[in-house]
Amino acid sequence: MKNFTTLKSIPAYLSLQNIDTDMIIPKQFLKTIKRTGLGKSLFYEMRYDDKGEKIKDFILNKEPFNNTKILIAGKNFGCGSSREHAPWALSDFGIKCVISSSFADIFYNNCFKNGILPIKTSEENVTEISEYSIRQEEINIDLAKQEISFGNKSIKFDLDEFKKKCLLEGLDDIALSMDKIKQIDEFEKKLSLNKPWIFSNE
Amino acid sequence: MSKTLYDKIWDDHLVNRQTDGTSLIYVDRHLIHEVTSPQAFEGLRLQNRKVRKPELTLAVPDHNVPTTDRSKGIDDEESKIQVDTLRNNCKEFGVKLFDVTDKRQGIVHIIGPEQGFTQPGTVIVCGDSHTATHGAFGSLAFGIGTSEVEHVLATQTLIQKKSKNLRINVNGTLPKGVTAKDVILKIIGTIGTAGGTGYVIEFAGKVIKNLSMEERMTVCNMTIEAGARAGLIAPDEKTFDYLKDKAMSPKGKNWDKAVIYWKSLYSDKDCKFDNEVNINGEDIEPLVTWGTSPQDVSPVTGVVPDPNKESNEDRKMAMKRSLEYMGLKANTKIADIKIDKIFIGSCTNGRIEDLRLAAELLKGKKIANNVSAMVVPGSGLVKAQAEKEGLDKIFISAGFEWREPGCSMCLGMNPDQLKPKERCASTSNRNFEGRQGRGGRTHLVSPGMAVAAAIKGRLSDVREIQ
Ligand code: SF4
Repeated sequence: MKNFTTLKSIPAYLSLQNIDTDMIIPKQFLKTIKRTGLGKSLFYEMRYDDKGEKIKDFILNKEPFNNTKILIAGKNFGCGSSREHAPWALSDFGIKCVISSSFADIFYNNCFKNGILPIKTSEENVTEISEYSIRQEEINIDLAKQEISFGNKSIKFDLDEFKKKCLLEGLDDIALSMDKIKQIDEFEKKLSLNKPWIFSNE
Repeated sequence: MSKTLYDKIWDDHLVNRQTDGTSLIYVDRHLIHEVTSPQAFEGLRLQNRKVRKPELTLAVPDHNVPTTDRSKGIDDEESKIQVDTLRNNCKEFGVKLFDVTDKRQGIVHIIGPEQGFTQPGTVIVCGDSHTATHGAFGSLAFGIGTSEVEHVLATQTLIQKKSKNLRINVNGTLPKGVTAKDVILKIIGTIGTAGGTGYVIEFAGKVIKNLSMEERMTVCNMTIEAGARAGLIAPDEKTFDYLKDKAMSPKGKNWDKAVIYWKSLYSDKDCKFDNEVNINGEDIEPLVTWGTSPQDVSPVTGVVPDPNKESNEDRKMAMKRSLEYMGLKANTKIADIKIDKIFIGSCTNGRIEDLRLAAELLKGKKIANNVSAMVVPGSGLVKAQAEKEGLDKIFISAGFEWREPGCSMCLGMNPDQLKPKERCASTSNRNFEGRQGRGGRTHLVSPGMAVAAAIKGRLSDVREIQ
């Protein structure tokens, strides 16, 4: 996985609440067997009309937001389906950071597996930062410092230590867990003694 | 120390815990379907990794499969590739598969319980958010992303942090015409779609105790719509009776041992929950959603709410957007909303009891001229059982289509889709914009309410046709 250190971009602001993963990437694009190529279909129903033409007014179709790396969104972002196609589509479009006052659980976890940093911050902060989208000014994200800076201000955000480390170093968490294989072996040994029906019902 | 049911299952599956709380937990049961698994298997191949415990894994195609005659194969090229890919991956990695033409094929969350693959006290995962369904058996069951599917395939474990405990007590008894679907819609309407974020919910109280296993599955199924990681219900005699003699349930001595363990799975009397919500069963009415979020519920006797009466600006905007998408005006009577399509099925309400209830109400009646209606049984076994009981004949003579099992119009990845502006009374679980087809309008209801809408041609109170 690619690591994440710092990011600088004019953010795009989607004020809508409860943006679900069906909106982020609709079902017709889930038939792929690859992780790539979904960026052009990101927010498909909002971005394209019935004829498949880009809707000019939609923020991600407009300059400079069509090149944004940072999305700011209303609360409960990423609710609904567990589809990892949602972060794949965001990442393929170029979005590497999403800022919101709250995220749905599965989506939040999925982001970290794909080099995307989801930042949870207060609604007041979201409103303040969204001004920079409207004014089309850049903001800065520094993961190591856990800091968003804009204008001459900066604010801190909370993040789980382990998730931060994986993202900063681009670690593959399967490999990390494979290092604990002895513990898994031992766990399974105990399990087959205590709950034999888990492995074989006879 | 006294523990909640969730605490007990969690502690029992802890392989490793780091100082910051990040934990490795063991996964006893892994369900797989064709949409969220291809990239996971591809990942294994690229890294030369194996499936650690194929015998703890069960695969089934369900999202893409057509619900019409399947003997000729799948027309849609991309759907076909996905289903073929699942078959090839299962073969290559030694995973058990119920293929498209297997009579045990069905929606992943229906077949798990049906086979006894789902068991109390286990950790069950699937690359699908409605995995919470299995929590009805007192298992810790939740949806994961594809990278996590790969992680489970490779290590049979998952990296997790423990959630908080929330208990929702549904007390008292349910009035006539009110079902498990109304109970969970009421819960979501009460706590909101993010109300459960960060929690695992335990459903308790007399109403929950009195539900059948299938009804409990309906409740747990939609836990994710309240934002919680998982929802569970303590197992009891009903749970054990349901599992007894299922194909993959423990047998002989193993059964006796398992039951002893299962009986220890409850929240201790004096344990502490981080939060608790109480709902009165008597206060629940047959419900309908009017908007594009499962929390947008109203009693069928009510009206479409007025966004202008909402004080929160963001909420007002969201409501306006929903009503515009749904083509509805504030203050319209719910019972005046005309319907074009009826869908009975999905992992929420596609089990045999749902079909029995619907057929019972439908007996000797016809669907209205302005609607078309379909029933999609949740699995091949549900379908066979329904046909044995003659339910298919009741549906067909009333004017319903009787289909092959799968996810179907719950998400419309196969040809079963709504057209723009078509309005559907659906027993599924999501009413998001475009969920059942671009521009399609979904009203979530119970199976009984779906039948009432089918007969009247508009959203109607199930109690009027009982
Ligand atoms: S029936 Fe619907 S909700 Fe259930 S697994 Fe299939 S698509 Fe998902």
